[in-house]
Amino acid sequence: MCNQTVGLIQGFVESAGIPTVSLALLKEVAVRVRPPRTLWVPFPMGYPLGEPDRPEIQERVLLAALDLLRLHSSSPILEDYRPA
Amino acid sequence: MAELDDLSFADRSFMKLYRYRPSSWKAMARLAKPLAETRGALITTAALHLPEQAPFDEAIRGGDWSFREIPDAVEVKSLRCSHKSRSFDRSGIERDANLAFPLDRLRDLAARRVLGPPNHRHFSFMGSITAPARLLVESGPDVARRLKEDRPDWVLLTPV
Repeated sequence: MCNQTVGLIQGFVESAGIPTVSLALLKEVAVRVRPPRTLWVPFPMGYPLGEPDRPEIQERVLLAALDLLRLHSSSPILEDYRPA
Repeated sequence: MAELDDLSFADRSFMKLYRYRPSSWKAMARLAKPLAETRGALITTAALHLPEQAPFDEAIRGGDWSFREIPDAVEVKSLRCSHKSRSFDRSGIERDANLAFPLDRLRDLAARRVLGPPNHRHFSFMGSITAPARLLVESGPDVARRLKEDRPDWVLLTPV
């Protein structure tokens, strides 16, 4: 249910005028909850930034998510993360 | 990769039948400056909290809707995880909380001037909320109000 909780909080923050982006582990849930900007990551539940103690992987995921902040649309943006 | 089919039969059946609530935004906010000049805040649903803060309460029916404020000065290694959900593996987060709360990564990027310094506070929820009424009327809007006071340039949200 974490993915729904993230999307619901995200809606309030975006509505407060602050651009938001979230990571999603379960794409099916992001499709149904429709947060504004979401990066789906192909990692197991509990591992949204990829791997523990792997700063380079975590940073790559983080920057890919922040890259979506440049986008603007009237409908939800849901992109797939593509590991290098 | 995580898929609904990875979950237990009970969790999978529940999630397939569950009526998901839609995210409430109407129009997207715009990021008006380069990332290097921005101040970001984090919201995680990994149930992370400071050692001196009360743990999240797994016993609340429908899920604990409360949140914890995490000061930006926190040492990430000191954070505790009180998430007890069986639907994910906590061992990675227990080893390195940056896996769900990448504050050290924000600091690294700020040190290299890829980002500006992070907001003075961040927020943590426990994501396993199946009955989100109080999240929708209390804690979700409350965190949005606090962030509106802080005016960060963006917020990154992470599930587990």
